Amino acid sequence: MRMRHRTSRQAVVLAAVAALGVGLLAGCAEDSKEPGGSGDSGKKDAKGKTTITVGVFGAFGLKEAGLYDQYMKENPNIVIEQTSVERNENYYPALLTHLASGSGLADIQAVEVNNIAEITATQSDKLMDLGKVSGVDKNNFLDWKWAQGSSKDGKTVALGTDVGPQGICYRKDLFQKAGLPTDREKVGALWAGDWNKYLEVGKQFKTKVKDAAFVDGAQNVMAAVHGSSENRFYDKSGEVIYKTNPVVKEGWNLAAEFAAAGLSAKLQSFTPAWDSGFANGDFATISCPAWMLGYIKDKGGDTAEGKWDVAAAPKPSNWGGSFLTVPEAGKNKEEAAKLAAWLTAPEQQAKFFAERASFPSAKAAYDLPEVKDAKHAYFGNAPIGEIFAKAAEGTPVQILGPKDLIIAQNLADVGMLQVDQKGTDPDAAWDKAMKSIDNALDQ
Amino acid sequence: MVNQYETTAAPRGEGAAAPRVDKAPPSAKELKSRTWRSRRYRWDMKFSPYAMLLPFFLFFLAFGLFPLLYTGWASLHRVSLTDPNNMEWLGFKNFTRLLEDEFFWNALKNTVTIGLLSTVPQLVMALGIAHLLNYKLRGSWFFRVAVLTPYATSVAAATLVFVLLFGRDYGMINWGLGLVGIDNIDWKNGTWTSQLAVSSIVIWRWTGYNALIYLAAMQSIPNDLYESAALDGATRWQQFFHVTLPSLRPTILFTCVVSTIGATQLFGEPLLFNDGASPTGGPDHQFQTLGLYLYEQGWVNLHLGRASAIAWAMFLILLLVAAVNWLIARWLRKSEGRA
Repeated sequence: MRMRHRTSRQAVVLAAVAALGVGLLAGCAEDSKEPGGSGDSGKKDAKGKTTITVGVFGAFGLKEAGLYDQYMKENPNIVIEQTSVERNENYYPALLTHLASGSGLADIQAVEVNNIAEITATQSDKLMDLGKVSGVDKNNFLDWKWAQGSSKDGKTVALGTDVGPQGICYRKDLFQKAGLPTDREKVGALWAGDWNKYLEVGKQFKTKVKDAAFVDGAQNVMAAVHGSSENRFYDKSGEVIYKTNPVVKEGWNLAAEFAAAGLSAKLQSFTPAWDSGFANGDFATISCPAWMLGYIKDKGGDTAEGKWDVAAAPKPSNWGGSFLTVPEAGKNKEEAAKLAAWLTAPEQQAKFFAERASFPSAKAAYDLPEVKDAKHAYFGNAPIGEIFAKAAEGTPVQILGPKDLIIAQNLADVGMLQVDQKGTDPDAAWDKAMKSIDNALDQ
Repeated sequence: MVNQYETTAAPRGEGAAAPRVDKAPPSAKELKSRTWRSRRYRWDMKFSPYAMLLPFFLFFLAFGLFPLLYTGWASLHRVSLTDPNNMEWLGFKNFTRLLEDEFFWNALKNTVTIGLLSTVPQLVMALGIAHLLNYKLRGSWFFRVAVLTPYATSVAAATLVFVLLFGRDYGMINWGLGLVGIDNIDWKNGTWTSQLAVSSIVIWRWTGYNALIYLAAMQSIPNDLYESAALDGATRWQQFFHVTLPSLRPTILFTCVVSTIGATQLFGEPLLFNDGASPTGGPDHQFQTLGLYLYEQGWVNLHLGRASAIAWAMFLILLLVAAVNWLIARWLRKSEGRA
């Protein structure tokens, strides 16, 4: 009995070890497939189909808009597989290491606009020149979007998908309460041409409404002002000018005034409190890029149904947008380039807008009915195609630099967030932000 | 233990009792095979433990030692994540600049304060809980599993719940404080409040684990000690202080070492406690730990060389802590010997 007891225990231990071992092995096996890496993609399966992998971040939307399915239907010999990493902060460093080692890459890799300058400056020798691929027409794209995806020596390594022209989304019920107009034309006219007028409207709003703020947070005001200027953190020669550029300080000061005047709900973007603010009516306005409309609708839900509308921003401004690249190390780069060209063509971008509200970077799409006549039911049937096309065409070609993301992040999340939420003195917070940026840029 | 003696003792007795029938001297062949067998047996005893340990050391080489050395090498260079194969020799500049790097010192200070705020209450509470669990309880098994459950939850899940609890506008803790007339506290933005909040996550997750370790040690304290103490008229408290605590000394030291290592490497909780999971540790870096600063330098600012230097600095700090612990342990042992 005793012996049997022992052997059975041994058997259990053995079984457990074996199970662990098998689990580990299985884990490895799955992993090696996971990145949809170049090893896999080179192969054709039994039916002679070619698999193209696409690496994206977040809920990118190309798949959700049904574009892959359409392409596979039109090209029966192609299979498209997508891998997605939730946050760009995690996606981008991995993309850099994969590019450096030339392995683990998907055939098509998406790049966010804040990283595009670094990609074109440091990685263009590892990416295909998509400007020469048949079906790609420079004239289809917004000039500045095309320029952002091209390296200094004129190689176009990234094709634009969407852009983030901004409007101002506002709550009609709160505007009415404040005695302000609610019609989107008149609302847009309140602050047309000057961000300071936006501040004045806010002060006027505050005298009438006590239980809601005018904007969601001071940082978004700052980002919106910075997004409407040609110069931001870099000048034309590629030098950093964030300390001296008057526009940067102007945006900072204006945002700080919003905080000082108590017009901000002190919320940070993409946090749970911010999300619930859309439904609860914690703030009356927010500068909203086209792609945010779907987000507001999701978060506002039934509670805020019929309360939101969208008007033109004081000045045309851009927030966000993405690109597609094709790494040279991919095994199917010719087929991948064809797909990238197709995905960014005006017809597909129009469909992308109709399904996902991601605004096309192909200006040739603006005349297509899906864009031109687009209305958004949740925003009181606002003619969003018209509003955002106007904003996109008016946005100046912003000079981007490799460290745009880090500078913007530190200005907002280290600097302005303190002013907004902790009440830090704006000058002290500015110094702290500058110190933090200097430290981040110092190699 | 008793079982083993019984099973091994029985056959020996049998062998001794039974008279041997075959007395013929063993043939040369058998002798050879016998020596071969005994040699194999000796080799088995000698080398199998190493063979069994080998897989661990192979993995350690690949995933422990190699990264450690490579990180050391990278820390002497300027390396960017945009081009990691291109290293520019810097010597010890990445280390000397740490001395003047206010963000590094801030992170070190935060690591120490959060470490103290989380470790001390955690171990004290664990001792108390272990003491309670040591009493004869109905369903003690249930309580033991219950105290261990926080340890089994993931950092991410636990932290997300705590973020909600410590929320400024709709958080449950502020709601509770509001009931007793205290205004909403902005937990995340204050220096002490945010560090307390982060510490509370660590405490919640690790107290039960330490309690079980203490409990195991308590159960190995012989009952006679308590009985004789009781005979001498010692109260429960006196028993705890004069019998339990001294017997637990090595265990307490062990949990201190493990908690210190954990506190030095604290990463997941402060990362996820910050909105948007950015590694700045709040708008004023008020709860940025060394682990977060390392991550920010390497994966946000893309300076792999600087991040490697921070990693090595952390490693050296841990060695220092280990040395101090060893000294304390030696001193304790000596003073015990004297007493």
